[in-house]
Amino acid sequence: MNIIVCVKQVPDTTAVKIDPVKHTLIREGVPSIMNPDDKGGLELALELKDKVGAKVTVITMGPPQADLVLREALAMGADRAILLTDRAFAGADTLATSNALAGALKVLDYDLVITGRQAIDGDTAQVGPEMAEHLGLPQVSYVVDCEYNGENKFTVKKETEDGYEILEVEGPALFTVLASGYKARYMNVALIVDAFDKEVEIWPASKLDISPEKLGLKGSPTKVMKAFTKETKPAGQLYELEPEQAVDVIIEKLKEKFII
Amino acid sequence: MNKADYKGVYVFVEQRDGQIQSVALELLGKARVLADKLGENVVAFYPGYKNAESAKELIAWGADKVVLIDAPELKDYITEQYSQAMSQAIDHYKPSIVLLGATTIGRDLGPRLASRLETGLTADCTGLDISEDRDLMMTRPAFGGNLMATILCSEHRPQMSTVRPGVMQKGTRDASRVGEIENFTPSFDPSKFKVKLVKAVKEEKGKIDITEAKILVSGGRGVANSEGFAKLQALADVVGGVVSSSRAMVDAGVMPHEVQVGQTGKTVRPDLYMACGISGAIQHLAGMEESDFIVAINKDKFAPIFGVADVGIVGDVHKIVPMLTEKLSKLMAAKK
Amino acid sequence: MDFELTKPQKLFQQMIREFSEKEVKPIAAQVDETEEFPRENVKKLAALGVLGIPTPKEFGGAGGDHVMYTIAVEELSRVCATTGVIVSAHTSLCEDAILDNGTPEQKAKYLPKLASGEWIGAFGLTEPNAGTDASAQQTMAVADGDDYILNGTKIFITNAGEADLYVIATMTDKSKGNKGITTFIVEASTPGFSIGKKEHKMGIRGSATCELIFENCRVPKANMLGPLGGGFAIAMKTLDGGRIGIAAQALGIAQGAMDETVKYCKERKQFGRSLSQFQNTQFQLADLQTKIEAARYLVRAAAWKKDRGMPYSADAAMAKLFAAETAMEMTTKAVQFHGGYGYTREYPVERMMRDAKITEIYEGTSEVQRMVIAAKLFKK
Repeated sequence: MNIIVCVKQVPDTTAVKIDPVKHTLIREGVPSIMNPDDKGGLELALELKDKVGAKVTVITMGPPQADLVLREALAMGADRAILLTDRAFAGADTLATSNALAGALKVLDYDLVITGRQAIDGDTAQVGPEMAEHLGLPQVSYVVDCEYNGENKFTVKKETEDGYEILEVEGPALFTVLASGYKARYMNVALIVDAFDKEVEIWPASKLDISPEKLGLKGSPTKVMKAFTKETKPAGQLYELEPEQAVDVIIEKLKEKFII
Repeated sequence: MNKADYKGVYVFVEQRDGQIQSVALELLGKARVLADKLGENVVAFYPGYKNAESAKELIAWGADKVVLIDAPELKDYITEQYSQAMSQAIDHYKPSIVLLGATTIGRDLGPRLASRLETGLTADCTGLDISEDRDLMMTRPAFGGNLMATILCSEHRPQMSTVRPGVMQKGTRDASRVGEIENFTPSFDPSKFKVKLVKAVKEEKGKIDITEAKILVSGGRGVANSEGFAKLQALADVVGGVVSSSRAMVDAGVMPHEVQVGQTGKTVRPDLYMACGISGAIQHLAGMEESDFIVAINKDKFAPIFGVADVGIVGDVHKIVPMLTEKLSKLMAAKK
Repeated sequence: MDFELTKPQKLFQQMIREFSEKEVKPIAAQVDETEEFPRENVKKLAALGVLGIPTPKEFGGAGGDHVMYTIAVEELSRVCATTGVIVSAHTSLCEDAILDNGTPEQKAKYLPKLASGEWIGAFGLTEPNAGTDASAQQTMAVADGDDYILNGTKIFITNAGEADLYVIATMTDKSKGNKGITTFIVEASTPGFSIGKKEHKMGIRGSATCELIFENCRVPKANMLGPLGGGFAIAMKTLDGGRIGIAAQALGIAQGAMDETVKYCKERKQFGRSLSQFQNTQFQLADLQTKIEAARYLVRAAAWKKDRGMPYSADAAMAKLFAAETAMEMTTKAVQFHGGYGYTREYPVERMMRDAKITEIYEGTSEVQRMVIAAKLFKK
């Protein structure tokens, strides 16, 4: 089985802080990580590899530094790594991103395509389903479990708001995976040692099966009109008191607001 | 594509087991506001099976017209079946705007449709408005929640957007409103149906929807472990609230994902939000800062949570919460 | 000259740091409290290849280097010094000893088992009457046909009881003094070999430290490690390598205590200010962080030299001496900064202080390190 996993390098948004005076994002020193849902997706691929045998290819679109998440994927057990990097991809919204990735997949062989549900820097959850449409693949999003039944058939568990669904899928298909469903393995030391000796294939836009008009800013139907930091409401009162007095303050305020 | 051919604010009405979802009514409320600004109609796309009966309910909630798509293929939500029906309906009716709920259904269907229609989609919008050029201005949080971006899709139609449950306000139900109900019959291509629903399971196991709770007692890193959360539960029991959690404690495996508040969890706006041992990372604030009244308890005086709290208490949750629980329970007992 | 870690070393650091935070830190206090060997985590480390980092791939190791190995011990010890020393004793004192001194047959037989972590390794040198003066070995090995028969007792052996394989120093010819010492590889299942009393220690309480008892324990000649009478040199060389591991452990403890202290000083308020705002705090911690960073460079330089086959004996001694004393100073100050809380088990710094002490003692006391360093100074 050939499995392609799409991963994204993202800033660790839990480490992002706000400048309290200027109300701007402090991005300095924020580590770049493999997007958690994508890492869960890679784990699903690697578990299938362990169970039924598969060749796992990881692919990312990003600047040259995104190489590092591919090395991490190789150190977790992926077999092949492809980095889509080209100025032509710059300024892509989700549709243009999905066009680029689908354009790459069209020149690759696959039985299963896996993406994370969503990336923590954008939280849109759109690129996976958009790719599935371009490739004409059935999709299941919010996947937390997956069994391979042979002959390209999968049984997957999809998380919903109030429970879950069990779905039978005829591949090739695309799944978007939740990190909570798959606790990703740690990198293996021997694979870490080898990770930088392996080739990460660098693919420019010209290598993809997609018209250049559909890439980057040109291929993006949505445009950012403006970006701004949220106005935070004026801070309330801060109390530094002994626990007993603090408790009294809370109770008094709750009474004022008729909450109790 | 001629933009002028596309008219009307359309809402994808999500039903589950024939039950119209609350988010659809919230979207009708917002669609009404947008349509009035444009001087156009609000139309509800209502796919399902044997769902004709409830269609007029959508008119009461603000729709001028309901496009009823009643087909056995649409009994349960499956991506391809719904994509075929919805894309054909959109091709036929040419809406200017299509709104979907940012649920597991809307977030699955929305991008599939946008891709099929080659148009833009903006996820999880918190603000929708009409520009001077009559385009939809879609505002959404980005970068973990603090940065807001207003996004346009001016060259493509329809303009599509998903909105999370609880973000928009429902209008007022008016049973006397009149509107039109029209049937639309899609032609399905079953050769593309590759996904079969084997079963849908509702998990009870005391699953409480934190978005519905009036009072949330929420814990973060400072609560440390499940013993700490037991203290919060005791407080929640006394005030009739529900316990929720920050992402840190979900990542640590202490609390389940369904009670996570924040950008990657749920957006809540209870009457009272008690943030216990939560520092207030921006993605957490994004999920709770619309709460009516916020009490925060944290050891760190400089914790960002105090920036949004109405009452900030610098102190140890492990000491204050049990003490508060005890006093409140006496108070409540005295009331009775 | 390059002070940056290599790309694989950095990626490895990311992995082991995440592992330490998520798997090791949550149980560190419990391991200390119960004195239980953290078997589950050792298994997990084994599965990831952490028990065979510098061992070449041909012997089933990860094919990494000793710098990577010091990063492993440092990051693990930063949250749990017990876990750090388990990896250190296994790797430096058993696996490296066989890798550096074993015959092709011995390497092929034992290294894959050790590198994969299927077997845990240990090293037995210290005896009731042979501590710092390691030449006073009393465990006797007497030739008998194709075997040697071992009799005697070893004490304070790290990983004892948990280990499956031991490198043991014995006396084969008392008349020759140091030159009469020979090392053997002893499998735990060998008849006549048994584990004696388990020590109850001040620190690193989850690591197993026991007595080894040899009663007519028959070991095949094929298991002699290195030449007859070459055991003292092997033991000393092995300890040189081990010291890099212990230095990394001390470094980790020091950094862990610093992490806790910085966190605490930001939170704790006295006289209306957080402790971190007092210049006394800032200056003391600045000095300590400088020492920690210096220790880190010493540790990595020693490992770097070992990886390149350069002499590193004095470097390892300096690294261990300095890192151990820094760990002791840092943890003592950490407790002081935490005040009364620091003296309680609610905070990890008192454990770190207890853990730090051993790094000044085992695998050569600080005094021994000074002897090694001075010997090199005056040799010229």
